[in-house]
Parts: sequence; structure tokens; C-alpha cells
Amino acid sequence: MKYLSEYRNPDVVMQYLDKIAKIATQKWTIMEVCGGQTHSLVKNGLLNLLPDNIQMVHGPGCPVCVTPLHLIDKAVYLAEEKGVILCSFGDMLRVPGSKKSLLEAKASGADVRILYSPLEAVKLAKENPQKEVVFFAVGFETTAPANALSVIHAQREGLKNYSILTSHVLVPPAIEAVMNDESTAIQGFLAAGHVCTIMGIDEYYPISEKYRVPLVVTGFEPVDLVQGIYMTIKQLEEGKTEVENQYGRVVKPEGNPEARKVIESVFRVCDREWRGIGVIPNSGYELRAEFAEFDANVKFDTKIEKAEESKECIAGLVLKGIKKPHECSQFGKKCTPTSPLGAPMVSSEGACAAYYHFSQIVKH
Amino acid sequence: MNNKLQMQLQCPMPQLDFEVITLGHGSGGLLTNRLLESGVFDLLKNDLLNERHDGALINLQGKIAFSTDSFVISPIFFPHSNIGELAVNGTINDLAMCGAVPKYLSLSFILEEGLTMKEFWEVLVSIKFACEKSGVYVVTGDTKVVEKGKGDKIFINTSGIGSVHPQANISLRNVKVGDSIVISGKVATHGIAIMSVREGLQFDSDIQSDTQALHGAVLPLIEQFGSHIHLLKDPTRGGVAAVLNEIARDTHLGIDLWQKYIPIDEQVEGACEILGLDPLYVANEGIFLSIVSDSIAEDYVQNLQKLPEGKNARIIGKVVETHPKQVVLQSSIGGKRLVNMPIGEQLPRIC
Repeated sequence: MKYLSEYRNPDVVMQYLDKIAKIATQKWTIMEVCGGQTHSLVKNGLLNLLPDNIQMVHGPGCPVCVTPLHLIDKAVYLAEEKGVILCSFGDMLRVPGSKKSLLEAKASGADVRILYSPLEAVKLAKENPQKEVVFFAVGFETTAPANALSVIHAQREGLKNYSILTSHVLVPPAIEAVMNDESTAIQGFLAAGHVCTIMGIDEYYPISEKYRVPLVVTGFEPVDLVQGIYMTIKQLEEGKTEVENQYGRVVKPEGNPEARKVIESVFRVCDREWRGIGVIPNSGYELRAEFAEFDANVKFDTKIEKAEESKECIAGLVLKGIKKPHECSQFGKKCTPTSPLGAPMVSSEGACAAYYHFSQIVKH
Repeated sequence: MNNKLQMQLQCPMPQLDFEVITLGHGSGGLLTNRLLESGVFDLLKNDLLNERHDGALINLQGKIAFSTDSFVISPIFFPHSNIGELAVNGTINDLAMCGAVPKYLSLSFILEEGLTMKEFWEVLVSIKFACEKSGVYVVTGDTKVVEKGKGDKIFINTSGIGSVHPQANISLRNVKVGDSIVISGKVATHGIAIMSVREGLQFDSDIQSDTQALHGAVLPLIEQFGSHIHLLKDPTRGGVAAVLNEIARDTHLGIDLWQKYIPIDEQVEGACEILGLDPLYVANEGIFLSIVSDSIAEDYVQNLQKLPEGKNARIIGKVVETHPKQVVLQSSIGGKRLVNMPIGEQLPRIC
């Protein structure tokens, strides 16, 4: 495929792997922030091609992994008890709530639908005026413009039966949370290419400066990843701590001003709870007051009791890169993709699922 | 002229005094008779069906293969085909994978009240043409109707019997270390064609379902390569990944796959990228996997490539002793990863 096959060229990947091996004089620990990058590292078998002294740590950039338990419970409640048409992106469906997942709610008769675009949910609301339609708006800055646009469309259409259950999270505060943890071992970051496509790269300069870490905005194809890793290690070896853009073919320094305008018109920044990590200040989006009628949290004012996470699950430590998935006592035992204790074992972007799928090859 | 139009012209819908299927059409009474006499019997007629007995009486000799499959696909109409043709080809292919010449089918419908006669007729006409194309006969059948909301337009079960080719010796027990794994065509085409028309997920593409009967390709290969063909499987639900995992699990052997040789249509690959799906897990309806002796593998592929069903055939992997019960993919860039058994339906990723 044009514009993709070039970035999947095995020869170029090998060249970068050679270069990495040559310049890396010591052990370096790098976090790839985005779940899409984790997925690609695993899917392409890149982790076992990197030199042993380069440790990749999978970051918190997996939206389904960090969506709080009580919000999943709320989505299940709305679908089951309030009779709404609950629409969601696909991989949110299997994430366990405290009692059940959306997929299990669907099996018990709730109207849960998988959509690719929140605009489809607006269409559904228009076609089903007698039903309430709720879109489970999860994700990072990447999915925020489309979710915001759905609210604008619903308002323009005069729809009274459309709302979104927002659980938007933001990348820069998450990076800060990782670095603020005293036990962090992270020395450099591959920043999330798609998030920067929307938001630009300006927000990363102060982080790089404050924590003295190199930050390389990186894409998702094998060549992107090895090049991003190479650029990070080169900086580390040279003692630099700069923001660089490996994904220049997509990411402009200013991001996408139109998309940002849409986000800003509909959302405002708020404190947000991250599953496994806790509340991070100014780390999420919520609907502005003028769009309250489209806010499922306002519309369905239901108190969902805060359920306790499994005590055996160390998802928070994994999401912050402090523990590796296989260092969890339940990894691959009580916790597997078919019976996950925590969200990172569910999504293919989750660090635990990634390790589960990768690390179990019986060594020759 | 396209196939669908040609079929409609050859089999125009009869004039009926009802437009939709109602509960009464499954009652066994007058309405059922009226439905069947409306042209359904005529469409599928053959000597055995024409007996209108409770079952078909058939003379069979030699080793017989017997298989069954149910079809609950949604939507029932999809690019290039519909649930009717799928139901015929699906059971034919199960028989073909046993090394059998498919002969007779049973055909059972569970219809949802409210299905239009126009839709039902279109499905029936597809069944007729799929049977004719493959030389199989529907010899017995059943029709039930369920209340609105208790079904999804139309569910079909087909069972089939076929005569096993005398030279066929197809069994999991024959799979050995060193065997080559051959795929007959491009992966993931059917599943992505369905996805492209599924409510809420629609996208524009020219991708068409690959549903086709495979016995026409399988039987000449059995004729030529006989017991060198150790196992045949059609990777339908769960895709190539599920089938190969089952083989690895049941044989206690390992399977190595080479991503760069796995054929895939460029549009299908693009759709998988956008939807966040792994093509190895996506359903197929018109390809098959062969596990064959290494000594004949190249020759086998060349022969398969000469057949219309196999022009994109490739050797995509090997049965190995290492990593027993596991399927390991060597990615196009040389990395290795485990290809696990799919957990459930593949769910599209957020980003």
C-alpha cells in the first residue's frame, strides 16, 4: 500500500536496528506512550528484534485500559436499566465492569451497538426519536474532535435524545504523572503520533525541559517505531533532552487547528480519574456547560456506587511502567484475555494482553 | 449482464396474494402449502424432492461424508452474494474438505415473521443456482416461522452427504513435522465484504464476498496427489488463525507462518488497517488450507494455481516440532509473534 509499504520495509527496519545496537552503550528504558504503538511493536514482532539493553515500557495510552470502572458500570446501567441504545467503539465492549462488561449486557438483551463513528450514533438518534441514544465517548485527544462534532451535529439537528458519556483523557498530564512517580525508570518517551496530529507538539517542550527527558513524536509503522527509538537513544547517548518529530509526514508542529477549534468549542479541561492510576489533575475533557443537555452524566443523574478494583491487579503500576505485566503474580494464571482481572489484559493495545500474546512463545 | 439480474430474469418471482411471511406460513397448514406451492418446490425440483416424502430415499455406495452447518449471517444480502448461496457453498465445502464429491443437501429455513417474499425469493433463487453450479440436489427440507424479533430475517441450516474420493486419505492424524501449509487464495475477503455493509460500520468499497464451492478444485488435486494431501480445512469463522490453532492444538505440533507469503487483496488489507482488524482472524468462504507432504508442495501449488479457485495459491508455512501447540508468525519485517486462538468475535479498535 502506498505511503505504508515504505514504512514496512524490512531492510530499512534492519538498518535502524543495527544503528540502535551500535550507538546504545548502556541499558536504556523508553516508554511508548500510545497503545497503538504497543500494538504495532507486538504485531510486527519488533520487541524481540531490539537489542537486550533497550527496554520498551508500554505506557498508559490505551483508552479502554484507563476508563474508570464506575463509568463502565454506568454504561452498563444505562443500557440495561434505562433502555438506551448504548453505542461504543468495539474494544470497549469486552472490558469488565465491576459486575459485567457491555458485551455481557448485550447478551442479556441490552441494546449495545458497535460503531466506528459517533456521527453514526447521531444518525441512530435521528432514526429512533422515541429512544435515548448514548455514545460512550472514550479516547485520547485523537477521538475528541469526532466526539465533539457529534454533539455539534446533534445540536444543529435539534435532537433531544442524543448524549455522550464522556471519559476523555489527555496525554501530556499522563506523561507528567509517570515522571512524577518517584519509582519511575523511564528515561525517554515515544510520544503518540496521532494525538500530536490533532494537538501539535508545543505542549511537550515544557515536559521535556521539566523532567529532562527526550521526547520523540513517533508514528506507528515498523520503520517509524525503530526510527523513533533510534532518535530517542541518540539523544540519551548524547545527553540531550529535546522534543523531536519523527512523524513529520503527518504531524505538523501546530497540529490540526480546525480540529482543536472544534474540541475547544465543546469540551473543557477537567480533572479525570484514570483506571488503575487515580485522579490526575487537568487530565481530561468534559462537556462545556452550554452543552449540558448532551451530557449523559447530567441527563441520567444516576449514582453508581464506586466499585473496588481487584486487589490482585497491578494495572496502575503497569500503566505507569513501574512493573512489567509478567511481574504480576496473576499474569497468565488468574488473569488471561478470556478472564481478565484488569483492563490492560483486554484490549490488544493493553500492555498485559500485548505481553501475554508475545511472551508465551515456547523458546526454541 | 450481472449474475443477479440474469437469475432474476430466469426465475421471476411468481404472482402471490401475500407479500410478507407470517406465522401461518410455518404452521404446516394451508398457508405453508401455499408458500411451498408458490414456486419453491418448482425452483428446487428434482426426482428425489418431487417424491414429497418425509425424507429422501437414496442409494449410496462406498465411503460417505456427512456434514452440517447453520447460517445466521447479518445482513442476509451482501456484496456479490447472499445467505442462500453461502448456505449451499458452506456445506459443499465442508464435504469437499473431507475429500468428498458433494451429492445431496437438506435445506431448513427458520424465517422471521415479516420477511418479505421478495427477499425470500431472491435467497431461494440463489440456492437454486448455487446447487446447479455445483451439481448437488436439495432432496429434503423444512420451513418454520418464528415471531418477529425471535429471529433475524432468515436462518438456514444445510446438511449434506457426498461420496469420498477413493484416493482421499484426509485426517488430522496424517499431519507430520515438515509438511507444508498451502493457502488457495486471498485471506479475509468475505469477512471484510460483510463488515462493509453492516449497520453502523458501512464503508464504500468494491470488496465482494469470496463465497464459492471448492470441490471443483479439491477433487482434481486429490486425484493427482492422493495421500500426499494430509489435511484440508476451510478457514471460515475465526479465519486462518483459528483453523491453524486447532490443528496445532490437536496434533501437538507447532506451526510456523510467513506473513510475507500470505496473499491478501490490497483493498481488504487497507480496510483491515482502518478497522483495526487482523486479517488472519477474519472469516473466509471461498478458500481452503491444505497441509501436504513437503516433497510435492511446490508441484501442488503450481497445479492449484492453474485452477480458477486457486490462482493466488501460495505456500504460507510449515508444520514444525518446536513450539508445540503454537502458531508463530514471522512478520514481514522478520520479527516473531504468537498467533493465538481468537477469543471471541474480533472487535474493532478505538484508534
